[in-house]
Amino acid sequence: MSAYDIVNKAREKDRLLASDYIEAIFSDFMEMHGDRRYSDDKAVVAGIAFLDQMPVTVISLEKGHDTNEKIMRNFASAHPEGYRKALRQMKLAEKFCRPVICFVDTSGAYCGIGAEERGQGQAIAENLAEMMTLKVPIISIIISEGGSGGALALAVADEVWMMENAVYSVISPEGCASILWKDSSKMAEAAECLKLTGPDLLSFGIIDQVISEEQSKEDLMCYIKTELQRAIAERRQLSQDQLLEQRYKRFRAIGNPQAQK
Amino acid sequence: MLKKNLFKKVKSSADVSAFNKQSGPNIPDEMCLRCPSCKKMIFASDLEENLYVCNLCGHHFRINARQRIHIIADEGSFREQDGDLTSVNLIDFPSYESKLKHAHLQSAENEAVICGFCTIGGHETALFVMEANFMMGSMGTVVGEKITHLFEGATKRSLPMLGFAVSGGARMQEGMYSLMQMAKTSGAVKRHSDAGNLFISFLTDPTTGGVTASFAMLGDIILAEPKALIGFAGPRVIEQTIRQKLPPGFQRAEFVLDKGFVDAIIERKQQKEYITKLLAMHDGGKNHVCL
Repeated sequence: MSAYDIVNKAREKDRLLASDYIEAIFSDFMEMHGDRRYSDDKAVVAGIAFLDQMPVTVISLEKGHDTNEKIMRNFASAHPEGYRKALRQMKLAEKFCRPVICFVDTSGAYCGIGAEERGQGQAIAENLAEMMTLKVPIISIIISEGGSGGALALAVADEVWMMENAVYSVISPEGCASILWKDSSKMAEAAECLKLTGPDLLSFGIIDQVISEEQSKEDLMCYIKTELQRAIAERRQLSQDQLLEQRYKRFRAIGNPQAQK
Repeated sequence: MLKKNLFKKVKSSADVSAFNKQSGPNIPDEMCLRCPSCKKMIFASDLEENLYVCNLCGHHFRINARQRIHIIADEGSFREQDGDLTSVNLIDFPSYESKLKHAHLQSAENEAVICGFCTIGGHETALFVMEANFMMGSMGTVVGEKITHLFEGATKRSLPMLGFAVSGGARMQEGMYSLMQMAKTSGAVKRHSDAGNLFISFLTDPTTGGVTASFAMLGDIILAEPKALIGFAGPRVIEQTIRQKLPPGFQRAEFVLDKGFVDAIIERKQQKEYITKLLAMHDGGKNHVCL
């Protein structure tokens, strides 16, 4: 399958959405709204739930199932208030020692007048910095589309996983093609060049595992649940300093020319 | 230095950014330039004396990284770090090598940021300055590495950081490696900050994309040059997305100041004095005494 086939798969209408994962993996999910500064961005769904007996904070970018919901959720393109809502929940998770689990599915942070006026760049930057030192385990899963900074703002984590038919990219293939060849229809070539698939990113050490979609939904959800428990239990063995040192080093090592020699 | 001068590309008269005050060619006194803002003719020698600001309308010309270092750092105090790091084509991106070669010729630099230590008004400071002539100051792995390494060094030595941003964002040609530099640099800024050190982030024209959405917006104090374009998405991308024209002044430094995302707009001539005072007020960024 080509990179562009995977891009198309990641964008298919009938793919599982963040809310489908949340419903299947956790119990008693209670949604918490608002960033306490401006509004409630419905592109981001955040709340508290049980992972078996363990309280966890769950944050997701949610595309929406039908047309009305998609519009209401702005197709998971978050505004700054969405990232600030996510950060507020992460800070609460830290206060109450809950692990944070993020489901990422967005073509990117929203590009618009309001988003710029309210500091899209500042909101994303703050999440990156705060997540790097958040004193609880963070696991992020790219479930379909991981669109650039808008995805990374929920993916500075101890482990980052990708679904088999998900993509994670610095720029959309269309955007890349229009910059490179002034022709956005050459997106298949661009997708190939960008190395945005799970196996490529796994080989670069940018993600930690690719999750097979060649299994039933029940098996898939069961696998993710088990893996979450494993990843959290491993992090719980560490001191806070060790946890943060490992997270820092995980990102520190990416693209270090000395380390690559 | 001699080798660099051989490759220096002197740009057309409307753009003086390739002129390097320290190593560039001498500009004949009679040479004139047209200011792109007020369209009036100005003497190149006047422009240079005026730190590349139009003496008629105040338009700030884009200047290169070495010129900025010359303006800000105490004379002869700048000691560069990691100046020899160069990028490699990590993901076999088409024609990246030739782009890098071109960028090197155009800028006479090895990468899109210059990092080092200097004194500013006598205060020991870590300094990075991005270079727009090198692939529009885009952030790839080397830019991310150099900035991260500088923040780590400044943290270790309890030094304040001053950084001049100019960037089109993350460098597409390095794919996800470049996106990860946003997390990497932001993490290093956070550690520097948590250790009680000062970071002054200076935004210049233009600062956009992944640089805005990482270290550039993480300053304790964020300053900007007049009229600098500052934003996450570029104005053309926004116009294409929302299918309407953007209002005049949108995403300019004055607009961003009004929205509350920068602390002050400082003209080039005042920058050194302003920064020196800030460093003094923060005791050079160290030895804070909490009463």
